[in-house]
Amino acid sequence: MSDRAHTRSVVLGVAWRTLHRLYTTPALLLPSLVFPLFFFLAFAGGLSSISKVPNFHYPPGYTAFQFAFVLLQSSAFGGVFTGFGIAADFEGGFARRLLMAAPNHKAVLAGYALAALSRTLLTGAIVFGVGLAAGMNVDGNGVDLFGLIGLALLVNFAAGMWAAGIALRFRSIQAGPFMQIPVFLALFLAPVYVPQSLLKGWIHGVAGLNPVTAVLNAARSLLAGSDVHIALGFAAAAGLGALFVLWALRGLRRAENAT
Amino acid sequence: MSRTRRAGLAFTLMQMGQLARRSVMRTLRQPAQIVPALVFPLFLLAVNSSGLSSAINLPGFPTRSYLTFALAVPFMQGALFAAMNAGTDLANDVESGFFNRLALTPLAAPALLAGMLGGALALGVVQAVTFLLVGVAAGAGFAAGPGGALTILALSIVMSVGFGSLGAFVALRTGSGEAVQTMFPLFFVSLFLSSMSLPRDLIQTDWFRTIATYNPVSYLIEGIRSLLITGWDAHALALGFAVAAGVVAVGLAAASLALRTRLVRT
Repeated sequence: MSDRAHTRSVVLGVAWRTLHRLYTTPALLLPSLVFPLFFFLAFAGGLSSISKVPNFHYPPGYTAFQFAFVLLQSSAFGGVFTGFGIAADFEGGFARRLLMAAPNHKAVLAGYALAALSRTLLTGAIVFGVGLAAGMNVDGNGVDLFGLIGLALLVNFAAGMWAAGIALRFRSIQAGPFMQIPVFLALFLAPVYVPQSLLKGWIHGVAGLNPVTAVLNAARSLLAGSDVHIALGFAAAAGLGALFVLWALRGLRRAENAT
Repeated sequence: MSRTRRAGLAFTLMQMGQLARRSVMRTLRQPAQIVPALVFPLFLLAVNSSGLSSAINLPGFPTRSYLTFALAVPFMQGALFAAMNAGTDLANDVESGFFNRLALTPLAAPALLAGMLGGALALGVVQAVTFLLVGVAAGAGFAAGPGGALTILALSIVMSVGFGSLGAFVALRTGSGEAVQTMFPLFFVSLFLSSMSLPRDLIQTDWFRTIATYNPVSYLIEGIRSLLITGWDAHALALGFAVAAGVVAVGLAAASLALRTRLVRT
């Protein structure tokens, strides 16, 4: 078997195992499906009158406005949950055996990332279906929606690499809060409830510096069929992805040294 | 009261005090329990009060300060943390076998339960005082004045005991810390499906307003909120205290039944 074929078999094997474990363990699958739906219902339903605030302008409506946030949130947490899986595999000793058996260790990491991307496609499809059922307007065309999926996958990849970096360094599920809390903070320090222009006080400044704001604005623009902020959003998501790949690879090196 | 009954009562109170002391010390010695219970509600308060501040421009919004409106929510979140912490501690006792050893002593069952809720009560006090001080420092309004602040403290304590006893019920019923942790999303859902972000009459979506109206958490939040925004609103306060007392009654009854079952198993 050639090196490339070896690498591909490791990537696919790790991804298959991760997904199989996910889909056969309801306790792992359900939170990642239920939480985004719950946030979507709570925000889009409970806060819809916020769209009546003066100067709130988002043509597709408040449901679509919140859908963009919930889609990115579910993508990000799909990546974080994969970090939990890596940590659990180290705790159980499986990941160590995997590192010893696989000729290319980066392929192991790629396998986990592939599983995270597959997982987020399922969650995104379910949230999207619920959004449409709840009367969400989508003003963007097919290309915009394709771009939105791409953006969600980039966010998933960046969050997954962040969580993988933590998991590979600590190799314990006890590091879960370190994977989860920064992602939670970054998401909620973006313009979650109202457009960036309507934020007041300290959060306006923080949201302006937060790269997630650019990603969120791009997602909302894609849903609205507008081209404002899109390039910036993709650049921010890709930049975060590149940064956290380096972070995860350095973590992998530490895990290799410890194994 | 006869001398024997008085001595029995004193003995039960002494047992309760010993267990409550252990529960309080255990809670206060675990920063991992206290810090999230303080930081998480305050973080959400900071984010929501800034992020949703433009909601005050909605016609009919009851105050010109969203911070004042949102300050009621951390008290409710604090009660939910009390449930998780009380439940987790008790579940740890069950899992480690400490509870079984206690059950073999001549300890009275009510003393066991009340004593174990001491940690939830202590955490409730620490949280409520912190949230009040942060509210004052951040410039939130207190329409009912210092008496209102004390009433908020009292209501928070009742809420902490009530939700703490629900956590204890889950712990005694399942004997598993993991099962207690899985209750957290359920409590979290009950918070988000309430009037925490907007007054009920300003919730536009019918189904959400209906759920918020039937959700007891709405009345707990509105009871505290009335003291911050309106002043002394007897109706809102009566509803808030009645719901809190109801949670205490249901939680203690359920936990007592679960305790009896667990003692029989022991």
